[in-house]
Amino acid sequence: MSRFVERHPAWALIAIIAVAILLWLVFAVWPPGLEEAIGRKRVFLNAVFNGITLGGLYFLVASGFTLIFGLMRNVNLAHGSLYLFGGYVGYAISAATGSWILSFIVAFILTALVGVLLQVIVFRRMEGQDLRQTMVTIGLSIVFADLMLWACGGNFYQIQTPNWLIGPIELPLVTAIKSSGEPVYLRYPLVRLVIFAASVVIGIAMWLALNRTRIGMIVRAGVDDRDILAATGVRIQLVFVLVFAFGAGLAGIAGVVGGTFQSLSPGEDIRFLLASLVVVIVGGMGSIPGAALGALIIGLAEQLGSVYIPTYAIVVTFLIMVLVLAIRPQGLLARR
Amino acid sequence: MSLAHDARIAVRPATMAQRAARIWPEINHPAAWIVAVILLIMPLIASGFFLIEIFASTLILGTMALSLMFLAGYGGMVSLMQLTIAGFSAYMVAVFGVSGNANISLGWPWWLAVPMALALATAFGTLGGALAVRTEGIYTIMITLAIGAAFYYFTNQNWAIFNGHTGINTVATPHFWGVNWRADVPFYYVVLAVAALCYFAVEYVSRAPFGLALQGVRDNPRRMAALGFNVNAHRIAAYAFASFVAALAGVLQVWNYRQISPGSVSVGACIDVLIIAVVGGITRPIGPYIGALIFVLLRTFALDFLVRLGLDGNRFRLLIGLGFLAIVFWSSDGVIGLWQRWRQRQRRGPDHSRGGRGHG
Repeated sequence: MSRFVERHPAWALIAIIAVAILLWLVFAVWPPGLEEAIGRKRVFLNAVFNGITLGGLYFLVASGFTLIFGLMRNVNLAHGSLYLFGGYVGYAISAATGSWILSFIVAFILTALVGVLLQVIVFRRMEGQDLRQTMVTIGLSIVFADLMLWACGGNFYQIQTPNWLIGPIELPLVTAIKSSGEPVYLRYPLVRLVIFAASVVIGIAMWLALNRTRIGMIVRAGVDDRDILAATGVRIQLVFVLVFAFGAGLAGIAGVVGGTFQSLSPGEDIRFLLASLVVVIVGGMGSIPGAALGALIIGLAEQLGSVYIPTYAIVVTFLIMVLVLAIRPQGLLARR
Repeated sequence: MSLAHDARIAVRPATMAQRAARIWPEINHPAAWIVAVILLIMPLIASGFFLIEIFASTLILGTMALSLMFLAGYGGMVSLMQLTIAGFSAYMVAVFGVSGNANISLGWPWWLAVPMALALATAFGTLGGALAVRTEGIYTIMITLAIGAAFYYFTNQNWAIFNGHTGINTVATPHFWGVNWRADVPFYYVVLAVAALCYFAVEYVSRAPFGLALQGVRDNPRRMAALGFNVNAHRIAAYAFASFVAALAGVLQVWNYRQISPGSVSVGACIDVLIIAVVGGITRPIGPYIGALIFVLLRTFALDFLVRLGLDGNRFRLLIGLGFLAIVFWSSDGVIGLWQRWRQRQRRGPDHSRGGRGHG
């Protein structure tokens, strides 16, 4: 961080100012003129919170994608299908048993198994052949999409939020002052906050596992130099299978989260594949902190964009990608 | 980097086979003349349905895939936004020309609207290409896919220019010299002429100095840079050329259906173009047309075929996906590769050279 400030003082200053403005907008009571200019504070706060929680969801999808790419150079364009598959499994489990937590566990295990199959049957045969991996996974995603359409139909499914998470809670953030002088606090759905907190926990746990444990050391070494790692006697194929299973399982968990926040339907697989592509392009391929930063930026841009400039919301996310490519083609937090 | 590597491995056997005897293989070959004659007298053989729904659609889709083939086969850059460029050109024809939506369309005559659309779509594709060449290999695929998706969602949301998800309907088609050029037979010949033009242009460019330099860039960018070639400029120029080809196909597309909507520039359709090019074979310009014929035939008849087998007719995409998987698993250069391998085996009995390149 301090090195970044030393090397790019201007960018650091701009970033600090932007964060300060954002914090002021979130915590301060808005003066009347501002409300007239850009609308009510409640709308803004809701957009910010939606953006951050959506960023948490994007992080879950994109971190698995970027982990698999970073370690194995495997381009898994069927990652969106894993997301949707996890979502459908989670829906089936929660509809059958009524247990929300159980649906996460089962979705994780089943998508991880699909990931293992993918790694063993498909990717192991074509190591280092980017183009063929891309083609095969595109073909697989078409086949998976049609199989899921066959099995689940074209309906929208939504996973039931458990009772203890239903309903909004009041946050200590003032949205407005009533004429009587009484402050109005922001009310926000509890489930989204809990899920966001969970994705932060998962992210930190992943970072710790990668940076503080032996497994993480092996994985990082594999990202840097696969051949030397294999030569030191690590059973690298086993590591590959485990990492692939974990990344796929994360996509499955994200599917359950997405089914709770939003809904599941055909086409969501492509949407989330593209979201994770954009997130990792912005954040930097193969970098977990990059995925977190990219997910936050893209989630915020999408939600704020859809509130304030609805026609051009997609263009904003796209412009961010173009800007990042123009300034740092390797992504914001990539090491190379 | 490794993508270019892949493409090189895939291409080399084909070029080696060609180099033996022919400089213009498709012209000197009797089969090429037979195909050309059949295509020319097609209106005498086929009914209106076959002429437009099968053959004109094949030629239009094939031309879009041809622009992808040019980039991927000769430039080593797999771009998934070629359909987006075609769609952009189609939208521009509808916006500048005459359509049922008087609020949006400017009502220019077709001979003004079409060059405008071609120029804008080429500029759009070149800009996208300039962005994409900053990256290599798989990143190019991702970025062009992201551009295509952004355009799709943008057309869905924007009502001022693209008329949201309803799109623009009843686009006027050219009508001059007393001929309605959208009537079945004249339109077929227009499409055939444009497709042939694009096909021979790609053949020509691939043998011209520019095309040879492009193939050199594909095979070894660092060596070409050391030789004094501007690698990125060659790549961007390739995007410009391919964008123009795709834009031509887009104009024909909007005249064919007389309407354009976000559905026709969706991500799935972008991927379809890749499938067409890969299934046909991205090593030679004829490949995309073969792939397009297979795709259109499947799209048109798979439903009847599946129902006859006692299966659900809606599983058309499953059939396409499985066929695509089979092709990429067993033949990296598509149907053409299968055909060439079969021919080689016929010629010299049991084939020994195969083992090494089955993975290419």
